[in-house]
Amino acid sequence: MSRLSVILALVLVVCALAVIQAQHRARTYFVELERLKKEARALDEQWGQLQLEQSTWANPARVDTLARTQLGLVAPPQERIHVETLVNPGE
Amino acid sequence: MSYQPRNARSHQLLRLNLAPWRMATVGGLLLGGLVLVAGRAFYLQGLNTDYLQGKGDAVANRNLSLPTHRGQVADRHGQLLAISTPVESLWARPAELKLNSEQHAHLAKVLGMSPPELTKKLAHKTRGEFAIRRPVTPEQAARIAAMGTPGLYLRREFRRYYPAGEVAAHVVGFTNVDDLGQEGVERAYQDWLAGREGERRIMRDRRGNTIRDLAPIKTAQMGGNLALALDLKIQYLAHRELAAAIKQHKAKGGSVVVLDAKTGEILALANQPNFNPNNRRNYKPEPMRNRAVIDTFEPGSTIKPFVAAAVLERGLFHPDSVIDTPETWRVGTKLVRDVHPHPRMTVTEIIQKSSNVGAVKMAMSLTPQQYWDVLHRSGFGELPGSGFPGESAGRLRDAGSWKPVEHATMAYGYGLSVSLLQLTRAYMAFANDGEVMPLSFLRREPQEVAGERVFSPSVAREVRAMMEAVTQEGGTGQRTRVPGYRVAGKTGTAHKLVNGRYAPDRYLSSFIGMAPASNPRLIIGVAIDEPSDGVYYGGSVAGPVFAQVMAASLRQLALPPDAPETATRVTQDAPAVTAPTVVARVGGGM
Repeated sequence: MSRLSVILALVLVVCALAVIQAQHRARTYFVELERLKKEARALDEQWGQLQLEQSTWANPARVDTLARTQLGLVAPPQERIHVETLVNPGE
Repeated sequence: MSYQPRNARSHQLLRLNLAPWRMATVGGLLLGGLVLVAGRAFYLQGLNTDYLQGKGDAVANRNLSLPTHRGQVADRHGQLLAISTPVESLWARPAELKLNSEQHAHLAKVLGMSPPELTKKLAHKTRGEFAIRRPVTPEQAARIAAMGTPGLYLRREFRRYYPAGEVAAHVVGFTNVDDLGQEGVERAYQDWLAGREGERRIMRDRRGNTIRDLAPIKTAQMGGNLALALDLKIQYLAHRELAAAIKQHKAKGGSVVVLDAKTGEILALANQPNFNPNNRRNYKPEPMRNRAVIDTFEPGSTIKPFVAAAVLERGLFHPDSVIDTPETWRVGTKLVRDVHPHPRMTVTEIIQKSSNVGAVKMAMSLTPQQYWDVLHRSGFGELPGSGFPGESAGRLRDAGSWKPVEHATMAYGYGLSVSLLQLTRAYMAFANDGEVMPLSFLRREPQEVAGERVFSPSVAREVRAMMEAVTQEGGTGQRTRVPGYRVAGKTGTAHKLVNGRYAPDRYLSSFIGMAPASNPRLIIGVAIDEPSDGVYYGGSVAGPVFAQVMAASLRQLALPPDAPETATRVTQDAPAVTAPTVVARVGGGM
């Protein structure tokens, strides 16, 4: 009888240690999760800022001005546009 | 045994020193101490526990609000039109703020202001806290954080940006400081765009790490994103051409609406004057009004295709029926006059040359109820249903109240009012073989929509053919031609009503047209308010804007030309190549 008690006491100690271990791991993971969530949020915000930057650069008004002034592009005059008719494409 | 005597001796010693009163005193003191400690413990643990537990929780537990932000608005191709992004702003708590002169100078330099300016800015009498600069740039934020001055701190806020600026200002609208939509799509879809803040209750350790959640997390709901029907490139073209025309004709204002004839989507909507939604300082109500949706005007001659459709529908006339059109025609007390008189015209010519007399004669062949019915079916006097805040329905009075004079003036567009969006929408019936699609500011798939039949396909096609004549030799809209494409449309030049009288020198010039006329894909409505450089005919003022926007939009959508002979030149005839030639491929078999 007392032998059983000793075994049970030992099992109890092991279980208690396991609980401590599990609790510790849970906290570590939780901290890690929190950190990653924060990072995700920061990346999301950065993504938004990059999108904003991209759309500012790609603003049609800006592209229009640059194309005309820096690159010297013009819309082709009518007589320089040649329309081709594709008959049965893919054959 | 050596310990025996020692034990006996100590025993003797104890016995010698023990006196009963001393034992009682010590025992009593110890007991008293024990009672005191136990009582205190009972008080703390039992009676005062809530208060103390609360104090403890206050140190370790925190309520966090989970931030959310407003959803994005993008055009149909995903180009951003509105986005919320976090920015830092610089705040000060005057009570704690102590700046020595060196720090003061440094801060002024970082903020790019002179030291006296900064002193003025900091001389706030408020007791709480106030913003010094919102927002600051990320570089400024980093340098200010590095200073570590007490009383100065950075606060994170979401700010709304509109990358397209004034180009799409009227459609997108804007939000106020509290992130509530005030105008346009921002207001119409406020509930969808706004997020909902979440909340969580957490426990923190000594170092400030979150250890665990104490209550179920209320997840933050991010604001939904919106994809508009708008095509930013077409929108930009519409904006640019309209602004140029307003400047050229010294006009008071104007609007352009571009609709997809097949789906009812609003591809572009531009107004002048307009405003920059990124600049919150000088908001004036006048430029912020979305004229194309909110303002109404008398449509003038642009109503005539509906008259033609009404008489064709009832079989009263054919496109080639000849009508006597004297220069003037009397209805009651009103003398109807033609600007370019021809003694006899066909129905097609009446539309082509915009004859008032002809239109009146056709309209008078209908009963007021019959004519009203056609206008009503076309959406006059009804909300166009775009969902835009403040959209106006225009005015179409009940047929029972029409006097003969009103019946007559209604035939050339006076006595009723419409918004440009409404009028352009009504033209969808001609473009889409009689069916009008519901308008939408949001992108949608073609199969999602069911149209509303207004005219029979044959009537719609006949009227479209008449409107095509408008842009051809002898028509009023020859400056609306688009090389390579067939264009159909109708000009309008209406005197404006000023203080209850028609002003002889103030006009609203308009043109509503569609292309490619063989199977229209786009409808563009242009209205220019009070052109004042001497030119005022719709075909000459609004027409060129239409042609420019239409040409560029058709190119943008890569629609095959339906009149290639007006654009083609045989390759051999081309001069020596000095610039790359653009080749447009036309799908034949697909």
